[in-house]
Amino acid sequence: MTTLREINERCSALYEDLNFGYAREWKAAKPGRKVVGHMPFYVPREIIHAGGGLPLGIFGGGDQLEVIHGDAYYQSYICRIPRSTIELAVTKRLDFVDGMLFPSICDVVRNLSGMWKVMFPNVYAKYFDVPQNYRDDIGGTFYINELNELREGLGKLAGRRISDDEIRASIVLFNENRRLVREVYAFRAAQPWKAPAADVYLLMRAGMTLAVEEHNRMLREYLDAADKADARKRDNCRIVVTGAFCEQPPLNLVKSIELSGCYIVDDDFLLVNRWEQSDVAVEGDPLANLAHAYLHNSAHTAAKYEDTEKEKGMWLVDSVRKNRAEGVIFACPSFCDPALLERPMLQRVLAEHKIPFVAFKYAENSGQMQPIREQAGTFADSIKLWSVQ
Amino acid sequence: MNARAPKEVVKEASMLKQKEMISGNYAKLASAKEQGRKVVSTFVPGNLNELIMCFDLVNNLPEINAIQNGMRKKTGGYIMEAEKRGHSEDVCTYVKADLGMIAKGNLGPDGHPLPAPDALLLSYTGCFTFMKWFELVREQYKCETLMLHVPYEGDGHATKNMRDYIVKQLKEVIIPGLERVSGVKFDIDRLREILRESAKAESHFVWVLQSAKNKPSPIDAYFGGVYYVGPIFTAFRGTPDATEYYRLLRGEIEQRIANGQGPITPDGEMKEEKYRLVVEGPPNWTSFRDFWKMFYDEGAVVVASTYTKVGGVYDLGFRHDPDHPLESLADYCLGCYTNRNLPSRIDLIEKYVNEYEADGLLINSIKSCNSFSAGQLLILREIERRTGRPAAFIETDLVDPRYFSPANVKNRLESYLQMIEQKRRSGIAPPAAAMPGAAPAAAMQ
Ligand code: SF4
Ligand code: SF4
Repeated sequence: MTTLREINERCSALYEDLNFGYAREWKAAKPGRKVVGHMPFYVPREIIHAGGGLPLGIFGGGDQLEVIHGDAYYQSYICRIPRSTIELAVTKRLDFVDGMLFPSICDVVRNLSGMWKVMFPNVYAKYFDVPQNYRDDIGGTFYINELNELREGLGKLAGRRISDDEIRASIVLFNENRRLVREVYAFRAAQPWKAPAADVYLLMRAGMTLAVEEHNRMLREYLDAADKADARKRDNCRIVVTGAFCEQPPLNLVKSIELSGCYIVDDDFLLVNRWEQSDVAVEGDPLANLAHAYLHNSAHTAAKYEDTEKEKGMWLVDSVRKNRAEGVIFACPSFCDPALLERPMLQRVLAEHKIPFVAFKYAENSGQMQPIREQAGTFADSIKLWSVQ
Repeated sequence: MNARAPKEVVKEASMLKQKEMISGNYAKLASAKEQGRKVVSTFVPGNLNELIMCFDLVNNLPEINAIQNGMRKKTGGYIMEAEKRGHSEDVCTYVKADLGMIAKGNLGPDGHPLPAPDALLLSYTGCFTFMKWFELVREQYKCETLMLHVPYEGDGHATKNMRDYIVKQLKEVIIPGLERVSGVKFDIDRLREILRESAKAESHFVWVLQSAKNKPSPIDAYFGGVYYVGPIFTAFRGTPDATEYYRLLRGEIEQRIANGQGPITPDGEMKEEKYRLVVEGPPNWTSFRDFWKMFYDEGAVVVASTYTKVGGVYDLGFRHDPDHPLESLADYCLGCYTNRNLPSRIDLIEKYVNEYEADGLLINSIKSCNSFSAGQLLILREIERRTGRPAAFIETDLVDPRYFSPANVKNRLESYLQMIEQKRRSGIAPPAAAMPGAAPAAAMQ
């Protein structure tokens, strides 16, 4: 049986490998294989998989990458992730990537899609739009057509048409992946001392690289091993982290939050792995099923329009309740418009529901954790004090 | 030619006309509630002014309020107020200027109270911030919000799917919503009439922009351009007033061309055109006059700008079309400048540099605006590479006075102009602009 330590080591190695050795090997193993990169927050990975491709989540360079060229493309007041992504590309760390998808998360990623077209004209680069209208006959129709266009583009890359059956088979695999991811999240919410936040983060991050079949195996192994773990429960408070759905916090930040006395019981780090909140239907038109799931059964994030004022931020309140959290930490990347514009609205809703919160900003390469540790520590103390009173 | 230039700046008929139109709209807003008129707030890029007119709604444009307040130096305080209330220092200052204004009593730029809107028409194009902006404003007013999602032209062109999606939203969400808010039934023939009027103004407007191909250019297509776009980008497109404004403006420019005159600046007529520039990015508003002065003091004229295309790239041929009313509204929304992908933006700027015989490209990079700013350094390199003409970069903000450093901007501009001189001496840049008084370009319509 695989031990937690082995899983953790594997995940760390994948996380630290900015040359994407696994994906390179995967591609080299069979002629004609294609790797399709994608940025946060969501793309229908099923379609890439159905075309025989490997979806590869590109989530910036973290704190290990020295950004030299990337800074020449961005002003100081733009977040880090696009510059480290450019750095990865111009330093040829992505030279094996055949396609890049840029989801409609914000204007920075949107414009990066065009930069990719100019800088890497031989790579299939696509801005991937999602509907902000949630009616099946309006946003749904639009989205099915967009999915079709993506299917055609990826089909050209694959050198064949991607069939409905292939997409259905991929939906089955990704349903399983999402189910297992949700299980890990539920496990952590129930026994966070057995599933440290940094370990869970690395485990999820591995899913941005590994083939889904392999990640599914790993998730199962993790659940088995973590359940048997002999870990001591600490007197930590329980918090939800939000705002980190695009540029990723450095791993040290995730660790620091926990070290300062907060168990993370929910987060929005890598939303793509549980975007659809229950199984996508398998029978029938697979693109219509993906569209239906997007419109009616997907997670919430700042990139999505909330069409009713009443519902604004309620997903966060629900997450706090469901996961028995005692507070929320807003951890947002500096200069991140969607996260930072959303923040005051979510804070208002939390205040109305008397849920305490604290906020700070980070960059993927932030090195100084002391202030964050202090802030999170003070927050944890105040929650404990508050719950005693 | 300068002998004819008046010592004092005389307001031309078109300027007076525009002033009257703008103050008229603010007066309408101030008296809307009293007069029982419904108010809709909406954004400039991809706005549906013609549709709004069909429902007799009064149009409130938060971006324009922010600009007007910026020029009146009120936004610094508003932005600080919003930041005090928890809005991040990192986000777009238009949003904060608006929220700060609302927090401080919602007095419009003319000092009169702005009415609470009856609906927020969240029809926008080319920027994600708009969506968050109206979600934030919705919290204040709790009024109906009508969302029109305009897809981005990621592959450099509109598709049938995008157009159909917009038309469907117009038919099933926006029009029924506006009927509900206004109590007025939609009449497509009325829309056609208004669109017909829009198209007239649009053709005059294009003529105005293209007059800058003359040497000297009779207009400044950036600092002057932001005034010229006023009626067509805002609450007046589709009104006879707008058409009249452009007719007057066109007449004045025709006269300037015939006289071989350059643009009118706040200090009177520009003396000599030494440099012809293309500018990318919005201007700074809080020090707008000082910013402009730095250019005209050096004899630098902006002959084409991208900012004057945020409310429509009419010079590429688009006109609102009464025969395809909803489809043409969709095409309009899709085609605005910041809804075009980066390669298309580069192509457009390259075309401007060449067609307007510019000395180069200057980018005014705006801290607030990721929609414009993200990728501009690549634009700069590409334009230099493709045209062989120098490009330069300055950084300011829209309405946050903390981010306008006059010394810095002036230095950069001066070094840039020196760079152009050097290029000229080495024979790479195109010849200096023809002397004032040269014959107007034969190609002018
Ligand atoms: S971190 Fe925020 S602003 Fe930056 S690319 Fe991601 S969503 Fe956009
Ligand atoms: S980010 Fe730019 S386009 Fe968007 S609202 Fe702000 S200034 Fe306007």
